[in-house]
Amino acid sequence: MKTRGPLLTLLLAGAFGLCVGPFYWLAMAATQDDKDVFSWPPKLLPGGHLMDNLQGLQESIGLTRVLLNTILVAGLQTVGAVVVSVLAGYAFAKFDFRGRNLFFVLLLSTLVIPDTVMLIPIFQMMMDLGLIDSYESVILPGLVTPFGIFLMRQALRSMPDELLDAARVDGAGELRVLWKIVIPVNRPIIAALALFVFLGGWNQFVWPLIALRSPEMYTLPVATATLQGLSTTNYAQVLLASAIAAIPVMALFLVLQRQFISGLLAGATKE
Amino acid sequence: MSLAPSERAPASGTATATATGTPAGRGTPRRTDRARPGRRRLLTRESVPYLLIMPAVLGFAIFKAYPIAASFWISLTTGNGDARQFTGLANYRRLLDDPLFWTALKNTALILVVQVPLMLGLALLVALGLNSTKVWLRPLWRLGVFVPSLTGLVAAGVMFSVILNRDAGLLNWVLSLFGVDRVNWLGSTFWARVGVVLVITWHYTGYNAVMYLAGLQGIPKELYEAAMVDGAGPIRRFVSITLPQLRPILLLTVVLSTIGTLQLFDEPYVLTGGGPDNATLTVTMYLYNNGFKYFDFGYASALAYALALIVSVLGILQVRLMGERR
Repeated sequence: MKTRGPLLTLLLAGAFGLCVGPFYWLAMAATQDDKDVFSWPPKLLPGGHLMDNLQGLQESIGLTRVLLNTILVAGLQTVGAVVVSVLAGYAFAKFDFRGRNLFFVLLLSTLVIPDTVMLIPIFQMMMDLGLIDSYESVILPGLVTPFGIFLMRQALRSMPDELLDAARVDGAGELRVLWKIVIPVNRPIIAALALFVFLGGWNQFVWPLIALRSPEMYTLPVATATLQGLSTTNYAQVLLASAIAAIPVMALFLVLQRQFISGLLAGATKE
Repeated sequence: MSLAPSERAPASGTATATATGTPAGRGTPRRTDRARPGRRRLLTRESVPYLLIMPAVLGFAIFKAYPIAASFWISLTTGNGDARQFTGLANYRRLLDDPLFWTALKNTALILVVQVPLMLGLALLVALGLNSTKVWLRPLWRLGVFVPSLTGLVAAGVMFSVILNRDAGLLNWVLSLFGVDRVNWLGSTFWARVGVVLVITWHYTGYNAVMYLAGLQGIPKELYEAAMVDGAGPIRRFVSITLPQLRPILLLTVVLSTIGTLQLFDEPYVLTGGGPDNATLTVTMYLYNNGFKYFDFGYASALAYALALIVSVLGILQVRLMGERR
């Protein structure tokens, strides 16, 4: 039995390498000259063309503008979806009201329905409202996340009712109870939810691809995909764009991984 | 399980938490001794939940319920814009006779049948490893295997379209170190499918592994201790304790992976564009092409509903087969 530790460690290190290896290669390829991306053997050390590639991206897709678009869209979507989820989750977890179960089941059942079912009517709706090619068109449909509401309900259910009632007896209004007790007590899980939503907003592709028309409105994934579709694709630049898309997400995850994983667990294990 | 409803009943005062129209009239005695009762009357315990769910209900109605219903209506029509005509089930009949739909469905099913068990099996193995106290540097490995699931589909797709390049890709180079000939990933119908499966597996295995790890850590140690006392070996313990205890999470991951795979779009879109020779065309990609390339909304909606039907039936079947009566 003594040998199992090292062997398992080695196997897990292998899995780690398979998962992280491609990122290492990506980071290296993003610093190469375009023709060196496809060299044999692949270049596994940094090249000297990071700045050239950044400048190339600035010229081809307007990198700064596209990055700002992505931050704006993902950020607003996160704030909105977290607010909606916390409010609804709190109601579902801590109040008895007519229609509670019915609406909750309806909400959850939409998880089984592919998002693609909704694409065309939402597209037409946005067309009719004149919102196609606007930030609103990308942000609005992402504000109601059944998963987020479910996650918050699960988390808030485990809050002791005595805590809330104590505050009410002390004369706190319902909004105050929410703001001063429910939110502070559940800050870690709310942070986890915010991360999940931000991740989804940052990486979303199909809907922005449909809703956005002009290159200066593109988000990073859409811009990257259009860049790759060109016949004269500069792969060093496309790969750099992919690396740039990955960097903020990884940084956020590294900083907040404890919350992130606890959020994952909350959705998965309770009930 | 949270507290029983009766335990939180006292605060709501009257039992009639139904009508919302006249919140001002239901002040309970407790509230009269407040400083500014009038201002707070809008937010009584009866009206608060409705106010809290209002944004969710609105968003649900506009961006979920309405589109789901509208999509069904559109699927019964043909033509475009004002020229849209009700044609009943014509789109669905067309679908049944459409060889490309069947190709897309077959591709999707093939990926589903191969990829989901492969991925979930690997994820379970990784989770068991990560759960072992004998392993060194566990947090590092856990972090590493989770990292791919943070990547956007486009970023991952672009990255792998180069890594899987036949002539100069990283994967073929690594394989060449072991004496394997260059594989035409993405270029041949067979290997393109394998490539897509590889990329999805790379992307989501770690995520599922972390879910399983959470489940494993929730299993009471006493169960294993009791089994050891009874002389159960490692395999017996895995089959009799670990698997049953993990069942809820296994079910969750199976259902989520099935839904995800059936809706597969981004990876093949970026990696292969559906080719070669439609070998990686998925139902969602075909839907996208019909809706947003040929602007045939009626037919695309019929495809969407066919897909929704398949997803629901499979989801329900899985819950029936794996689910536990509680």
